[in-house]
Amino acid sequence: MLASGSHLRRLEAEAIHIFREVAASFSKPVMLYSIGKDSSVMLRLAMKAFHPAKPPFPFLHVDTTWKFREMIEFRDRMAAELGFDLLVHINEDGVRDGINPFDHGSNTHTHIMKTVALRQALDKYGFDAAFGGARRDEEKSRAKERIFSFRDANHGWDPKNQRPEMWKIYNTRVGAGESIRVFPLSNWTELDIWQYIMLEDIPIVPLYFAEKRPVVERDGMLVLKDDDRMQLRDGEKAVERMVRFRTLGCYPLTGAIESGANTLEAIVSEMLTARTSERQGRLIDRDEAGSMEKKKREGYF
Amino acid sequence: MAHRDIKTAGEDIRRFLAEQEEKTTLRFLTCGSVDDGKSTLIGRLLYDTKLIFEDQLSQLESDSRKHGTTGDEIDLALLVDGLEAEREQGITIDVAYRFFATPARRFIVADTPGHEQYTRNMATGASTAELAVVLVDARQGVLQQTRRHSYIASLLGIRHVVLAVNKIDLVDFSRQRFEEIESAYREFADGLGFETIVAIPLSARHGDNVTSRSARTDWYNGPTLLAHLETVDVSHGDDDQPFRLPVQYVSRPNADFRGFSGTIASGAVTKGDKVVVAKSGKQTGISRIIAHGEEADQAEAGDAVILVLDDEIEVSRGNMLVAPEHRPHVADQFMANIVWFDEHALLPGRSYRLRTECDQINATVTDLKFRIDVNTFAHDAAKSLEMNEIGVCNISTQAPVVFDEYGANRATGAFILIDRITNVTAGAGMIQHPLRRASNVHWQALDVDKDARSEIKHQKPVVLWFTGLSGSGKSTIANLLEKKLHVSGRHTTILDGDNVRHGLNRDLGFTEEDRVENIRRVGEVSKLMVEAGLIAIVSFISPFRAERRMVREMLGDNEFVEVFVDTPFEECVRRDPKGLYARALKGEIRNFTGVDSPYEIPERADVHLKTANRPPEDLADELEQWLKQRGYC
Ligand SMILES: Nc1nc2c(ncn2[C@@H]2O[C@H](COP(=O)(O)OP(=O)(O)O)[C@@H](O)[C@H]2O)c(=O)[nH]1
Repeated sequence: MLASGSHLRRLEAEAIHIFREVAASFSKPVMLYSIGKDSSVMLRLAMKAFHPAKPPFPFLHVDTTWKFREMIEFRDRMAAELGFDLLVHINEDGVRDGINPFDHGSNTHTHIMKTVALRQALDKYGFDAAFGGARRDEEKSRAKERIFSFRDANHGWDPKNQRPEMWKIYNTRVGAGESIRVFPLSNWTELDIWQYIMLEDIPIVPLYFAEKRPVVERDGMLVLKDDDRMQLRDGEKAVERMVRFRTLGCYPLTGAIESGANTLEAIVSEMLTARTSERQGRLIDRDEAGSMEKKKREGYF
Repeated sequence: MAHRDIKTAGEDIRRFLAEQEEKTTLRFLTCGSVDDGKSTLIGRLLYDTKLIFEDQLSQLESDSRKHGTTGDEIDLALLVDGLEAEREQGITIDVAYRFFATPARRFIVADTPGHEQYTRNMATGASTAELAVVLVDARQGVLQQTRRHSYIASLLGIRHVVLAVNKIDLVDFSRQRFEEIESAYREFADGLGFETIVAIPLSARHGDNVTSRSARTDWYNGPTLLAHLETVDVSHGDDDQPFRLPVQYVSRPNADFRGFSGTIASGAVTKGDKVVVAKSGKQTGISRIIAHGEEADQAEAGDAVILVLDDEIEVSRGNMLVAPEHRPHVADQFMANIVWFDEHALLPGRSYRLRTECDQINATVTDLKFRIDVNTFAHDAAKSLEMNEIGVCNISTQAPVVFDEYGANRATGAFILIDRITNVTAGAGMIQHPLRRASNVHWQALDVDKDARSEIKHQKPVVLWFTGLSGSGKSTIANLLEKKLHVSGRHTTILDGDNVRHGLNRDLGFTEEDRVENIRRVGEVSKLMVEAGLIAIVSFISPFRAERRMVREMLGDNEFVEVFVDTPFEECVRRDPKGLYARALKGEIRNFTGVDSPYEIPERADVHLKTANRPPEDLADELEQWLKQRGYC
C-alpha cells in the first residue's frame, strides 16, 4: 500500500474518485484502452476503484491494424486474466481503402484509422463518457484540458468554451448525442506513472524494455520492422540493435530509442536524465506546436 | 546513463523513488494582472527545476523568435502559454495546470489569467489550491486586480498567500518601493483572513529570488520563492475534523455485498466505528473498510474507500455517512456566496441544477441579498449577478441537502449551479449557513384537499399554459375554449397576461428579472387555482423556456399542459391588434418579445397549435378533444 498522505496516494485517490463519478453519473461509459503504460495504470486504478466488483464498463481498443504485435498479445492476455469486457473496433472503411501509414502518411493514417475510427466506435455503441489516459504534463494544450472534457455531438472540443471545473464537483450533464471525455490521469506526470508501475508491480508491454530488435533507420527514426507489410527501401536494412520504446502506437510511426534499460529502475533512471520529452517519439507532434490542439479539436485524444 | 552500471543505478533509483514517494504535494495558483509576469515566473520555475527538455527548449527558441516579447532572449512565458489563440493574442486565456518537483516537494500549479472577464478561471484554479502567489509589477504596485484576486482567493478558502513583487529589476531593486507595496497590500489583505502572507521581491525574467537568493537585493532577508513553497505548512489541523463520507456510488456486485463508495472529505474512520446516515439520522456501524482496493482497518481524509455497514439501511448517492456526535446540516434553504460564470445573468426565481460533490437537485435562488464590489468589498444592492460578479444569495432546494459551512469544510460546503437548458456550469457557491426558516415552515395538513374540491366538480384540475408571441391568438383561443368548457359544466378561470399586469403584477416592468418574477407569481397563482380544483387557462407570452419549466415543476407534469400557439412573427406583425409591433419596431417600446427580446420556442409542448390558415374555433375544438381524451373533462 502507498504511504498515507503521499502524493501518489493522493493521485490514486483522485483517479478512483473520477472512475466512480463516471460510473455513477453516466448511462454508457467506456474506457479507451490503448495498451500503453498509461492504459495499464488506468486499468489498475479502475480495478481498485470497484474492487471487489469488476469495473462496470467495457474497455475499448481502437485498433488501427498497425499496432505492434506484442501489444495485441498483451491486450488479449490482460483481458483474459482480469476478465474485463474488451471491445475492439477497426475502421473497416479504412481497411477497405487500404489506408496505411506508408502510402498515406502519418496524418491521414492517424486521422482515418484512429480519430475517425474512434468516432465511429463511440457512435456505434452510443457511449456518453469515455475515459482517456491523457496527462496534462504531456503537451501544452493538454495542460488546459479539463478532467471532464465536454464534446459536442460531433465529438468536437472547444478549448475556449470549457466548463469551469471547481473542487471535486464535476458537471456531468450532457445533452443528446453529446459526450464527455474523462481523464483520470490528468494530474500525473511521466515520472509518477513509472513510479506507480514499479511500486504496484503493474504488467506492461515488453516493448518498453530494451532488447535486441531488428530496426530500420528511416527519416531519422528507428523503426521496428514488425511484419512484412513494411517494405525496405533501397539502401535500407534491418539491423539488430538494443532498443526500447518510450511510447507505443502504430509501429511504423513510433520510433525506438537506443537503450540498455531492461529493468524498470533503469528505465526510470534513463528517464530522469533524458534530454527529450516523451512525445518526441511520436511523429504526429512534430509538425508544429499547435498541431496537437488542432487534432484535439477534431476529436483525437 | 543508459550504459552505466545498471545494478548500482537500480539501487539509487529505488532509493530515489522511495524519497519521491514520501513527498507531499503543494497545490498553488498564480494570479496577477496581465503582463505582471505570471507565465514568465512559472516558466522560470520549470526551467530552474530542470523540467524543460531539449526538444521543448529548441521549440521554445523557435517560438521565441516568432511570438516572443523578450527580443533575442528566450521568452519563458511561451513555455506555458499553450493554446494557439492565446499565443497569438499574447495573453493567457484559460487556467492551465503545470507540474514540477524538487527534492523536497511536488507541486501542481494552476496558472490563471489576469483579465477581469476571466474571474471564473481564477476561481476554478483557487478552488483546489492551498496557496496563492499574487503577482504585482513593482512599477505599478497594488492594482484593482490584485485586490480582486486576493479577495477571490480568500473567498475560496485559500489561507496562505505569497505577495510576489515582480520586475524588481525595473525599479532598481529598490527596498523602499518593495516595502511600500508590501504595506499597501497588507493594509487591505489583513481583513481577508489569510493565515500567512509572505512578501518576496523578485525578477521572474532574470531569476532573482525565485530559486536562489539574489545579491542585488541584499537588504532582503526572507526566503526565496521556491524555498518558501517547499516549506510552508498548509495542513492547519485537518486531523481532528469530524468524519464525513459523501456517498458517491453504491456497489452491489452480488446479493452478499453492498458497499458505499466515496472519498473521505474529512476526519478518519476505523472498523467498528458508529456512523450516522445524515439525511435519515439512522445510526449503524462500519463492518468493513476497503481503501484503494485493499482491506483496511482504518482510513482517513483523502482516501477513496468503500464502506460496508452493519445494517441494511437506506443510503444512496448524495447522502453522507458522518460522525454521530458531529453532524452536518441537513436543510433545504441556506445562504451562500456565489461566483457567477455564465453570460446569462443569475436571476432570482430561476431554477438551476445544484450539484454538490455527490448530490444533485433542483434549486432556486430565492433572494439575491447583495453583490460584492470586489474592489472596495462594499455590498451593493442588485437584481441580478452578471458574469464574473460575486454575490450573497439565499438558495432553496427541492429537497434537503447535506452540507457543512464552507469555512469549516471546503469539500462538503461547496456546490456548483448548472444551467438546466444549456447544461453549462453557470456558477459556483460556498455555503455560509443554513436558514432557520427551512426547519420551521411546516405545511398545514388540510382535510378538504385538492382531490375533494375537484371531485365535486367532476373534473381533473389542470393549468393550460398558452405561450406564444403577442398577437398569436392566445387570448382568442383561450376565450373560445373557456366558453366551450363552461357550456359543458366545467369550472374554469382565465389568467391573462395583460390583466394580471394591471393588478397583481402592477409593480413589474419588462426587464429580464421582472419577467421572471412575473411568471413566478402567475405560476403560484395558477397553483392555487389548481388547488381549488379548477381548470385554469393561463395566457402569457412567457418567452423563456426556463420560466415555463419552472412553472411545470411547481405543478408537476400532470397538472401543467403547455400549449404552444404557433403563429409566424410576420403574421403577428401584420395582425398587430393593439398596434404594439408598430411601436416596438420604431423603437418606442423596448424589450418587446420577437423584436428586441427573444422568444424561445417550446421544445416539447404538450399541444402544438399551428394557427396558419385555421380559424380559432377549430383550434379550440382541437384542444377540447385533447383534454377529453386525457380525462381532464
Ligand atoms: N524586466 C522584467 N520583465 C519581466 C519580468 N517578469 C516578466 N517580465 C516581462 O513582462 C512581460 C509579461 O510577462 P508574462 O509572463 O507574459 O505575463 P503574464 O501575462 O502575467 O503571464 C513579458 O515581456 C516578460 O518578459 C521581470 O521580473 N523583469
